[in-house]
Amino acid sequence: MVFVLFSISVLVFLIFFATPGVDPAARIAGRNADQLTLQQVRATLDLDKPLPIRYLSMMNHLFIERDLTSYVNRGAEVWPQVTQAIPATLSLVFGAAIIWLILGLGLGIYAAGMRKSWIDPAIGILGIIGVSLPVYWLGEVVNLVTQGKLHDTVFSWVPPLGYVPFTESPTGWFLGLLFPWLTLSILYAGIYIRVVRNEIVGLMQEDYIKTVRAKGAGDRRVLIKHASRMSMIPVVSLFGLDFGALVGGSALLTEVVFGIQGIGRLTFTALQNFDLPLIMATVMYAAFFIVIANAIVDVLYAWLDPRVRVGR
Amino acid sequence: MTTAGPALELSSESPGKIAFRTLVRDRRTWIAASLLSLIVALTLAAPFYAASISKTDPFVSTINGTFILDSKEIAVLQQSTEGLGLGVNPIGPTWQIGPYFLGADNQGRDVAARLLYGGTNTLLIGFASAALTLLLATILGIVAGYSGRAVDSVISRILDVIWAFPVYLLSISLSVVLLTSGFKWGPISLEAGSLYLPILIIGLVYIPYVARPIRGQVLALREREFVKAAIGSGAKNGTIIFREILPNVIPSVLVFIPLMVSLAMLTESALSFLSIGVQPPDASWGTIIRDGLGLLYTRPLVALLPGLMIVITAVSLNLMGDAVRDALDPKARLRGAF
Repeated sequence: MVFVLFSISVLVFLIFFATPGVDPAARIAGRNADQLTLQQVRATLDLDKPLPIRYLSMMNHLFIERDLTSYVNRGAEVWPQVTQAIPATLSLVFGAAIIWLILGLGLGIYAAGMRKSWIDPAIGILGIIGVSLPVYWLGEVVNLVTQGKLHDTVFSWVPPLGYVPFTESPTGWFLGLLFPWLTLSILYAGIYIRVVRNEIVGLMQEDYIKTVRAKGAGDRRVLIKHASRMSMIPVVSLFGLDFGALVGGSALLTEVVFGIQGIGRLTFTALQNFDLPLIMATVMYAAFFIVIANAIVDVLYAWLDPRVRVGR
Repeated sequence: MTTAGPALELSSESPGKIAFRTLVRDRRTWIAASLLSLIVALTLAAPFYAASISKTDPFVSTINGTFILDSKEIAVLQQSTEGLGLGVNPIGPTWQIGPYFLGADNQGRDVAARLLYGGTNTLLIGFASAALTLLLATILGIVAGYSGRAVDSVISRILDVIWAFPVYLLSISLSVVLLTSGFKWGPISLEAGSLYLPILIIGLVYIPYVARPIRGQVLALREREFVKAAIGSGAKNGTIIFREILPNVIPSVLVFIPLMVSLAMLTESALSFLSIGVQPPDASWGTIIRDGLGLLYTRPLVALLPGLMIVITAVSLNLMGDAVRDALDPKARLRGAF
């Protein structure tokens, strides 16, 4: 766990400061900076010191002193910026996760149960369309419909783009996030429909299902109680990774399209400005979430899969 | 869609032939293949379309340009009639074969011609980066799985780290760093704004997605009797890898092809949408969507059409992927693109 976090921090550091042919000072100072400005930038940001020392100093300020400041907004500390962006991202990802789990598990299990009818391929096509929709484009289409001409009539209840904190106005929070939730969840609903359906169809041929059937269990009981439960094992690991990555900033396209000031947008702005301290903070925060999510997944595994508990 | 069980045991055909027959009999293969060939043919016709039908250069802005429609001269950018009447709107679709069939963008460029040119780039990047990913991932997966011990643990650790790094964050980081400065490393030198940069970046970030399952498969193959027999009979490592391991890994790689192309294409368009993928004056479906953002409420087609093309292409690729998987390897899995 610590190894992965350490490696990611080194990787990010090297991408931004040791990529051949890239001069970070020139990027921070701007396109047409003269030599003197470049030297000033190098001196104030310690860019002339050796790489390992700069890395250690940055890690010290990031984790131990916790007073790392931005390169771009000189003096602005990075951690408060990250913590301010967390509620928006958490709100977005939690709501979307609920929708995609309901849709994904519900339709996936239903499709597997309806394998011999036209319903299964129909749900299959829905799943394929879900995974094929570019999320930012879908978001723009949603904006076109809800914020365009129809905004005066059918969608007059949709607030303008942006995030309203729950503490400020619960209804504003809900209405403002409704379409971002739906947009973000479509892709993942598509993935989960396909995983759950394929997993259950595969499990139906396993010996333990035959045993359950031989004991006289009906189709519905086999599907819900036995096959669906086992199919949750890959779903849990998938969900852990997806949720961790989204909370960590992978929802940035949705955040950009809907004007939500979350972690993803913060990371994207930092990346564009070459603001390495802020990038380092957001990426470490993202990696932390992913690593934690993986650890939780391992625990859930043992709860869902009895074979893991007895050590196989 | 399971293959016929008992009949297979009597058949003397090779597994490859059986898989191919299953694939050809699958309706999804034909739907996907026809859609894909249609899209590829259309995008390849881009230079012809620009030269003989739209008769405009889709890479040069023609803000003060005019063209003839129904023997009347019409300005490409027209005075806005909405609100205060300030600003200009590009001409909308004429729906007549000729210039500005689908209208113009805010620089007066022909949307239809750009759509076709953009498709060439999006598809090129999709296929090229998928090829790069699959090639490197297969090599890494086989080397790691077959060597075992130190080599395996080094490769696996590296793959784990990239795996824990959200793919969009990694590709955006690399794009931001490389796109404006280019990439120079030893003999490899890529100019800033070159199409090879997105190919390289997207090709690299997806390697763990393919290399990890392949490594697992090779680990399992190493324990199989026929591989042990080959090792026991004193065959060289190279012979074992090429004669015993590789033929058994190829089916999984084939299953990954359509899925990886679709993933790479979606990633390219997302990066281009964030203006860190394909750089102007080049176009891709992602950059056209971005160009269309400012016109979303006046000329929505500019942003809608390239997205629709992406969806149709990705749906065909995923359909094809399902058909190939069912024909070859029902157990193949790819995170994020099942």
